[in-house]
Amino acid sequence: MTTDRSVTVNGDPVPLPDDPRVSLLDLLREYAGLPGTKKGCDQGACGACTVLVDGRTGGDRERILSCLTLAVQYEGRSVTTVEGLADGDLHPLQEAFIDHDGFQCGYCTPGQLCSAVGMAAEARRGVPSHVTADVTRSEVELTTAEIRERMSGNLCRCGAHHGIVAAIATTYAGAGR
Amino acid sequence: MSTPTTGPDVLGAPVPRRDGRVKVTGTARFAAEVPMPGLLYAAFVHSTVAKGRITGLDVAAAENSPGVALVMTHRNAPPMAAPPAFALHPMGASGDNLPVMRDDRVRWNGQAVAVVLADTQERADRAAELVTPSYAAEPAVTTWSAAKARGTARASNYGMPLTTVSGDADAALSAAAVSVDHTYTTPRESQNAMEPHAATVVWDGDTLVVHDCTQLVSQVAVSLAEVFGLRPDQVRVSAPFVGGGFGGKGLWSYLILAAAAARMTRRPVRAALSREGVYRLVGGRTLTEQRVAIGARADGRFDAIIHTGLMAMTEHNAVPEAVTSATGALYAAGSFRLEVDRALMDTVANFYMRAPGEAPGSFALESAIDELAHELGIDPVELRLRNEPETEPVTGRPFSSRHAVEAYRAGAERFGWSARSAVPRARREGEWWVGAGTAAATYPYVRFPGGAARLVLQPGGRVGVEAAAHEMGMGTATVLAQITAERFAVPLTAVSVSYGDSTLPGVIMAAGSQQTASLAAAVAAAHRELVGGLLAAGAAAGTGSPLAGCTADTVATRDGGLCRLDDPDAWEPYDALLARAGLTELRAEQAAPPPAEMGAWSIHSYGAVFAEVRVNDVTGEVRVPRIVGSFDCGRILNARTAAGQFRGGIIMGLGMALMEETQVDGRTGRIMNPSLSEYHLPVHADVGDIDVIWTGIPDPRTPLGAHGIGEIGIVGVAAAVANGVYNAVGVRVRDLPITLDKLL
Repeated sequence: MTTDRSVTVNGDPVPLPDDPRVSLLDLLREYAGLPGTKKGCDQGACGACTVLVDGRTGGDRERILSCLTLAVQYEGRSVTTVEGLADGDLHPLQEAFIDHDGFQCGYCTPGQLCSAVGMAAEARRGVPSHVTADVTRSEVELTTAEIRERMSGNLCRCGAHHGIVAAIATTYAGAGR
Repeated sequence: MSTPTTGPDVLGAPVPRRDGRVKVTGTARFAAEVPMPGLLYAAFVHSTVAKGRITGLDVAAAENSPGVALVMTHRNAPPMAAPPAFALHPMGASGDNLPVMRDDRVRWNGQAVAVVLADTQERADRAAELVTPSYAAEPAVTTWSAAKARGTARASNYGMPLTTVSGDADAALSAAAVSVDHTYTTPRESQNAMEPHAATVVWDGDTLVVHDCTQLVSQVAVSLAEVFGLRPDQVRVSAPFVGGGFGGKGLWSYLILAAAAARMTRRPVRAALSREGVYRLVGGRTLTEQRVAIGARADGRFDAIIHTGLMAMTEHNAVPEAVTSATGALYAAGSFRLEVDRALMDTVANFYMRAPGEAPGSFALESAIDELAHELGIDPVELRLRNEPETEPVTGRPFSSRHAVEAYRAGAERFGWSARSAVPRARREGEWWVGAGTAAATYPYVRFPGGAARLVLQPGGRVGVEAAAHEMGMGTATVLAQITAERFAVPLTAVSVSYGDSTLPGVIMAAGSQQTASLAAAVAAAHRELVGGLLAAGAAAGTGSPLAGCTADTVATRDGGLCRLDDPDAWEPYDALLARAGLTELRAEQAAPPPAEMGAWSIHSYGAVFAEVRVNDVTGEVRVPRIVGSFDCGRILNARTAAGQFRGGIIMGLGMALMEETQVDGRTGRIMNPSLSEYHLPVHADVGDIDVIWTGIPDPRTPLGAHGIGEIGIVGVAAAVANGVYNAVGVRVRDLPITLDKLL
């Protein structure tokens, strides 16, 4: 059922299954024993499956929707999930989510966390959004409006939006200025 | 027992969630994530006609597809009784009472006609595509106009006809100095919890073990036992983490089919619905059409309120959208006529969604109040305050604790309501028209019978509390720990909580905003039992204890022990009391007393919603940058999780106001937008500033003085937004959602 090829997930090799239809999301949840990454729609509309992958330029990790990604596309590459987000005990953003009540049911939370880490890196790199006033700047300040705009691909039905935005703003305050 | 003295900050404090760590690290295990060896994955084949018979069901290609272990259809499914339906059976959990896969009948477009089990999800999904059903379609009622033409009848809620008449409202309306009389509509909506419905099911001999995502563990266990002819103790339903419910997570056919398929294959089965599958197999809020007519005197006092509703149901369910339920509680009026009728359609059975009845009902009522305020030339806040009742309208029952006026005034002050122009189309900023709208909210206090809890006093002053309650994000586990810590006068860290399992005590639905009241009453009862038992087993009879001769009635809790009520210095810690009793731990389980408070008093949560609304002059786009919700919901037990409940309800109300609609193709009865890309929810960019405040005044008649807070947040929001739209641009939208085409 598996091959000798693999994807590196949170530092550990995960063998690729021999079925090329397996999405990166299902590789994590059903094959790697890492169900922290969530399946909310399986069609790229909710963001619950967001994970971080190594950047092609070797720089920041980038956020992607693992449900719209075939596992085989990431052969030999590196993926970080919510289970691997923290260096030590908790990532500062995870602590901030607890402090700011950035979740209720917890189902969208792993996607919000991974998405926010990738989003903050995008702002540091100066990637503009729909609400960025000055697209010529090399870095983008993460105002509330920027965070709301850039996190809109991550749905939350419980309505924890304020806690999520506050947690992100606190964690990345001053970043990208 | 007197008030314990753990400290003033255990109840009401903004205590962080107990499940925070497991949720931010991805280690909380949801229903589709329970590991099982030899697991089979389910895929469903859905009917493509609304009504008729299955005439052909070729499963050979699917059966021969790689990895397939079973293709189950009505031809080979095991015998199953029809599930007991919610509100038709005391322990019914099912959305409908239709037999599941027992015959060749199709009753709605999307019904499961085959289930494929395979060793991977990919193989199950592929094989399901190979099943080729054919149908003899029959005429079906799939449009609202056809449903109404077929005939309507009075709807019932738990067997009670939805009719309330007081005085002659029609005559009073005709004679009124000023009146409004309009029709409002609300569409079908879907709960859309972020976690799609899922279950991991395994048979252990004749015992069925279900890891489900339900908000009704006890009812699901009993209902499944009925379906499979088992004793209730042969079914265990576990749901410690539920990824949102909002009413949608009762018992639906996917779980029955998963259990049947697991029995046939003698292997564990995971049935994780696709997002589309949720729309096909699980019912949402139904559509409504409502008339609200209000007759008033020139000073604004109401002589007549007529609120009638018509909504779509099916022949197979008993869950109405009781749109008038808030109307009889909010305002004084000389006469009332409140009626709800239903028409039948051939669709998936409609079910509950946050504040069923109150949410769509308040859109109509509170829009009409705003329309009347304009007719009268009276400020909409003032008009509401002028019609504040002294006792519950219609019934005359006394209010237990009603501070709706205080909440309204506080909300208006916080919002800055006095700055609003009474005249529409008065304020423009660039290409945006700016307005403000308000609406009142109410939701009844409910405490269902059946609450119970088990308490375990352990060495070191540790306490365990166990109850069949649910944590879907409301903060139940955290508040249950706070309630228990306060009762025992022990630190929060000394309390462990078990919940979300049908083998635990009590029947404690996560429905009706009632879990906290149910748990508070149950913990109080069990605590009294435990303290009485602890004293009787040792200290009371002994000579050395400062509590000698005491009973549960003559002691209080203090600092990790018990003391005499009349002498707090006469105190002994729990460890010493356990030692006197010769025990290492002591358990007590007790049911909550019957909810007598509900009959004796009119008990409701109240709220006032204020919305700043901006309408784009060019595109008609509506933005809501600011909302204030001001609530009167008794004592707030956790300021942090309560604020989350209020805000979450308000945001769902924002979706209801502006974007949410489940669209049914009238030609086929098929839901056309079964996805999160075509059914729109509020996203981060749609959610502006939301300020929530509350009176916090305890209700002397309810457990711990609390009222429900889970549902009232959504109530009134759609009307506040619609009223704000009118104030901004002078266009009255009476049909939700308020999409831009209605403003151009």
